[in-house]
Amino acid sequence: MSAQFSQFPVLGFIHAAYFAVAVVFILGLKAMSSPVTARRGVVWAGYAMIAATVVTFAWPGMQNFGLMVLAIAIGTVVAWVSGKKVAMTDMPQMVAIYNGMGGGAAAAIAALEFARGEVHGPVVTTLAVLGALIGSVAFSGSCVAFAKLQGIMKKAWRLPAQNGVNVLLALGAVALGVMIIGAETPDSTHVIAFFVLALVLGVILTVPIGGADMPVVISLLNAFTGLAVGMEGYVLGNPALIVAGIVVGASGTLLTQLMAKAMNRPISNVIFTPISGAAAGGGEAVEGEQKEVGAMDAAALMRYASKVIIVPGYGMAVAGAQHKVWEMTEMLEEAGVEVVFAIHPVAGRMPGHMNVLLAEAGVPYEKIFDLEEINGDFAQADVALVIGANDVVNPSARTDKSSPIFGMPILNADLAQNVIVVKRGKGTGYSGIENALFYKENTRLLYGSAQQAIGEVIQHVKAMSV
Amino acid sequence: MEGLAYLYIFMLAGFTGYEVISRVPVILHTPLMSGSNFVHGVVLVGGMVALGNADPADPLQLAIGFAAVLLGAANAAGGYVVTERMLAMFKGKKGGAK
Repeated sequence: MSAQFSQFPVLGFIHAAYFAVAVVFILGLKAMSSPVTARRGVVWAGYAMIAATVVTFAWPGMQNFGLMVLAIAIGTVVAWVSGKKVAMTDMPQMVAIYNGMGGGAAAAIAALEFARGEVHGPVVTTLAVLGALIGSVAFSGSCVAFAKLQGIMKKAWRLPAQNGVNVLLALGAVALGVMIIGAETPDSTHVIAFFVLALVLGVILTVPIGGADMPVVISLLNAFTGLAVGMEGYVLGNPALIVAGIVVGASGTLLTQLMAKAMNRPISNVIFTPISGAAAGGGEAVEGEQKEVGAMDAAALMRYASKVIIVPGYGMAVAGAQHKVWEMTEMLEEAGVEVVFAIHPVAGRMPGHMNVLLAEAGVPYEKIFDLEEINGDFAQADVALVIGANDVVNPSARTDKSSPIFGMPILNADLAQNVIVVKRGKGTGYSGIENALFYKENTRLLYGSAQQAIGEVIQHVKAMSV
Repeated sequence: MEGLAYLYIFMLAGFTGYEVISRVPVILHTPLMSGSNFVHGVVLVGGMVALGNADPADPLQLAIGFAAVLLGAANAAGGYVVTERMLAMFKGKKGGAK
């Protein structure tokens, strides 16, 4: 590197700038770890990104600036506009698709370096190949994840002998990779076949995974892209890419583990045995019947309670009812009721997604509690109001060993004095697993869409307050 | 030695990433995933260097390089916008609805 520096003094300046950028990225991620500083963190990282992009134009000996500026302009404008327009409920698939683009970029860098014949030496070639493999899988896998969450691809289907096909494809890609690494100058047909196999592998790995497991997959692919970026950074001799990529790779891996743990689904299970397959339909039959409650009785129960815990689920977000729920919360608080929100780690489509949706409606984060923080409080609550949530409050997860979700940490809503469940109809919901909570002695069901049911409750609470 | 130095960078960056994330509350997991998604958008810089060194007479190289820069720019810009939008909504009692 030092020889390059004396040849091109500007490289010293560029690398100094990259160093500063890497520091700011890490500080920015650190700042994102608290709600108070989080926004500052991403803004810092944004300035660092702009700085990194601008100084790179000074890289000695570069050409094709017209094409470069055009690509930056198109990519930035398209992503900026789509990111501004997307609804908060659709955020997970946007993260997935932007992540896929990063993986694709890393894979394309590797492809270009191969096309230029600039990959020499076993270490560089190995990292280029690994980065290309991981980046390609992240790219095509993220596209599938996007298509699924967006509803373009509805069904999760499995090939016969799915795991065998996965292993064969992976082995094929690795074998081609080894041939590329071993060759003096890699054969271009090998390189092309390698990329095709890697892209197919990403599709085949992601297609059988059900919607409920998607957050874990997106997070995993995010970590993959980070690793791929770090490896291609080594190929290009660019420490900014290495540091940023590997930091994201490591943090993404940890985040994936945290999510998988919250869902009681080891990562290997998510990838190899989707819940939508053989596991579903298990569990004991549930005794008893579902008891209905009207909006007026529900309103009275909550209006004269001293403590209400609201358990929101994805059903509430889909119905767009979070604003109504917050309106009701404010009204109950005015009447002297203590109201808090209990969020399961996987409520919504990603951990923390529900917090974002509630924040959008104006709920301050001091009122929102995690599973560990709140679970002890249910026994003291007069009412647990479950809106559009199902599996995360299913007591079978604690008691019924044959249930597919046995062992998953749940919110103990069933321990509250009264449980009100807002639900569209009598079905079993998203995962198809029967919920024992709905049949309990102290549970009442308020049928209707979340929007309409809470709207009616608000009317009745208003009438009682006058 | 230089290769070994890079190995140290890999190792230290790995631990840094692990440490930085381990203190994050669950409520910020989604914005954080999005934020780390934005940070690896720095791949844009790598794409620029790769395209800048591509042979201007070779359409294949130009096409791949163009794709690398385009995808990298979209990763960075999109990642920033969605992260910023999510985090802008996190308000405490002081700044929020109350």
